[in-house]
Amino acid sequence: MSTPAIAVEHIVKRYGDFEAVKDVSFSVAEGEIFGLLGPNGAGKSTLIRMMTTLIPLTAGKAIVAGHDVAKEADAVRHLIGVIPQALTSDPDLTVEENLSIYAKLYSVPKAERVKNIAEVLEAVDLTKWRGAQVKTLSGGMRRRVEIARGLVHNPSIFFLDEPTTGLDPVSRIAVWEMLSNLRAKRNLSILITTHYMDEADKLCDRIAIVDHGKLVALGTPIELKHSVPGANVVEVHFDRETPEWQARLECLDGVTSVQAESEGFYRVLTSSGSKTTMQLVELAASLGETLTSLSVQNTTLDDVFVHYTGRQLRDEQVKPPVFTLPPRPGAQP
Amino acid sequence: MIRMFAIVEREMRKFFRSPMLMIMSLMMPILQLLIMGNAFGGKIVGEKIAVVDYDHGPQAVRLREAFDSIAVNIKTFTTVDYTDEVQAREDVRTGKINAAVIIPKQYSRRVYAQDKPVIGLVVDDSDQFSSGSIEGEMQSVVAALTTPVIQPRMASQIALEIVELYPYVNYLKFLLPACVAMAMYISVMIGGGMLYIDDKARGVHEGYLVTPITKLELVFGLNLAAAIKAVLAGICLTVIGSLIAGLGVIFHPVADLELLAMIIVTAVAFNGMMFLLMVRVDDPLTPRAMFGVLNMLLFYPSGAMYPIAAFPPWLRALSVIDPFTYCIDGFKAILLKDGGFTAIRFDLLFLFVFGIGTLLIATPLFKRTL
Repeated sequence: MSTPAIAVEHIVKRYGDFEAVKDVSFSVAEGEIFGLLGPNGAGKSTLIRMMTTLIPLTAGKAIVAGHDVAKEADAVRHLIGVIPQALTSDPDLTVEENLSIYAKLYSVPKAERVKNIAEVLEAVDLTKWRGAQVKTLSGGMRRRVEIARGLVHNPSIFFLDEPTTGLDPVSRIAVWEMLSNLRAKRNLSILITTHYMDEADKLCDRIAIVDHGKLVALGTPIELKHSVPGANVVEVHFDRETPEWQARLECLDGVTSVQAESEGFYRVLTSSGSKTTMQLVELAASLGETLTSLSVQNTTLDDVFVHYTGRQLRDEQVKPPVFTLPPRPGAQP
Repeated sequence: MIRMFAIVEREMRKFFRSPMLMIMSLMMPILQLLIMGNAFGGKIVGEKIAVVDYDHGPQAVRLREAFDSIAVNIKTFTTVDYTDEVQAREDVRTGKINAAVIIPKQYSRRVYAQDKPVIGLVVDDSDQFSSGSIEGEMQSVVAALTTPVIQPRMASQIALEIVELYPYVNYLKFLLPACVAMAMYISVMIGGGMLYIDDKARGVHEGYLVTPITKLELVFGLNLAAAIKAVLAGICLTVIGSLIAGLGVIFHPVADLELLAMIIVTAVAFNGMMFLLMVRVDDPLTPRAMFGVLNMLLFYPSGAMYPIAAFPPWLRALSVIDPFTYCIDGFKAILLKDGGFTAIRFDLLFLFVFGIGTLLIATPLFKRTL
C-alpha cells in the first residue's frame, strides 16, 4: 500500500476554551480528490489551514506529502499548492504577473517559471488573457487564475478552500471539469472544502462530513448514501397541516424516517419510493385530504448530512461579523 | 532574496498601476505649502486705526504725518479721524476699526518741555498677529519721533548690528521641510500601513504565508517596498516644493546627495515606526482611525510650525523622541541653511537608529502564521 498524500491523526485546534476541531483523523490517497463537506463554521477551513501550515495544531499530527506540518512546515509548503477562500490574486496586476510573482515566491528558476506559467495558463484556458489585468476578468476567470496560481510551482498536493463559492452554475461546472482534468494530467492529490453537496457528490472520490469540528461520516458518495436507511426520498406537500401526519407517515410500509420541513411539507425516507407514493395517495384519498405536490428522488448527500448531524446542510451557521472591504471601483463581481 | 524581491515587485507594480496613492501623498503637502505658506507668511496690511486728537498741536501733526507715511508706504494701516475717545474704544471692541490712537491734550507742550509725553494706543489683543503688527509699527513711529534731529557727535547709546546668515526666508520656504516630511508620512501611512492591513483583510497575506517565503523575507520585502514609495514621494515633493518656494538648492549635486540621504533615512524611520504600529493590527479601520491622531502627535510637536523652544517641557520631551523633529531639522539644514553634512549627521543617525530599532522590535512580533 502506497503512502497516503495526506494523513491526519487525531488533530485538535483550540482557541481558548473553544474547540474548533475535535480529534479528527482521515487520510487522502495519492491522486484522490477528497472533499471536506460541512456548513459554514463547521471547522473545514480550520482543518485546511492546519494542513497548509497556516495555523499551528493544538494536538495531533498531520503528515502532508510525507512531512510533518508542525516540524517540517517549509518542506510541506514547497510541495503543496493552496487556494484560500478569498481571491488573493492582485486585481491591479496582469494574469501573467500574478503567476510570475507567485512562482518567484516558490523560488522557481526563470526558465522553468516561463514554461510552468505557459503550461498552467493552457491548463486553465487563460492563455489569451495572460496580459489582462485580473480586475477586468469575470468571477469564474478570476477563480481560474487562482487555480493557475496554486499550480505554478508544480505541487503534488492541491488544497482548495471553497473554490466555487460565489460562482454561477456554469462557472462552477467549468471549475469541476478543470480540477478533474488537472488531477488526471498531473496526478494531483486534491483536498477540497465545500458546502455545496452537488459539488462534493460529482467531484470527490471520497467525502468527509464535518460538523461542529467533528468528523461525523467518511466514505465515497455512494457509500455515504447507502449508509442512510432508505433508498428513496419522497417529498410530499399536503394542503393543510394536521398534528397526526407525522405519526401516520411513520406507520407506512418501508418508511424509515420522516422529516417535517414546513407546514404540511414532509420528507419521507423509504426503502421503496414507488410503494410509499401509492400508499400516500391512498391515505390522502381515504382521509379526504388534498396533496399539493408529490415527488420521489434518490437519497442525496443532504439526507446523509441530516442523518448524521440531525440538521439540514443548507442551514448554515452565521459567521461572526468581520470587516469586509467594499468592492473596488470598476471591479467585476 | 528572490522571494523578498517578488514582494517588492508586486508592491511596486501595484504602486505604479494606481497613481492615486502617489497623487494623494503629494496633494495634501503641496496644498499645505501653497495655502499655509502664503496665508501665514504675508505682512499685515490695510488695518484701520482711529486717531483721536485732543491736542492739534505741531507734534500731533508730526505724528499724523508719520501715520500717513505708513499708510502710503508700508500700508500696515490707514487712519480714520475720531473726535470721541469713548466711541473709538467702542468701535475697536465691535471690530469696526482695529485700533485707536489717543493723542492727549497738551501732548505737543509736553514734547517740547520733555515732560513725559504719552500717546495712547487701544488695540484688539484677541488677534495677536494684527495687534502685534500694529504695536510694532507704532513702536517704530515713536522711536523715529524720539530720535533727535541732530545726532550727538559722540554716540553714547549701545547699537546692535544684526547679521543675517541666510537670504530672507519667508514662511513658504520655512514650511517646505515640514511638507516634505508630511508627504513621506502620508506615503508610509497609505502605501505602508493601510495597504498592508487591507491586503491582510483581503487574504493576500494568506496567499504569501502558504508559500515557502521566510518571515524575514516577508518583513523586509514589505518594508523595502513601502520605504521605496516613501522615498519617491519625498523626492517628488522636495523638487516640486523647492520650485514653488523658489529654492535653488536642488540644483547643487552635493546638496542633492544630502537630501537623498535624509529622504532615505526618513523613509526607513517612518516605515519602521508604522510597521511596528501595524504589525499586529487586523482591522482595516485602525490605520484610518490612527492617521489623524498620529499626524497630530508627530507633526505639530516637531517644530514644523512653531519653534520647539517655545514649547512647555512635556511637549518638548515629546519632540525629542519624535522622528519628525529630526527629519524637519535635517531638511531645514539643507534646504534653508545649506549646512552641509555636518549639520545633518545627528539627524541622519537618529532617524537611521530609530528606523532600524523599530523594525527590530516589530520583526519578532510579526506572525508567520494566521
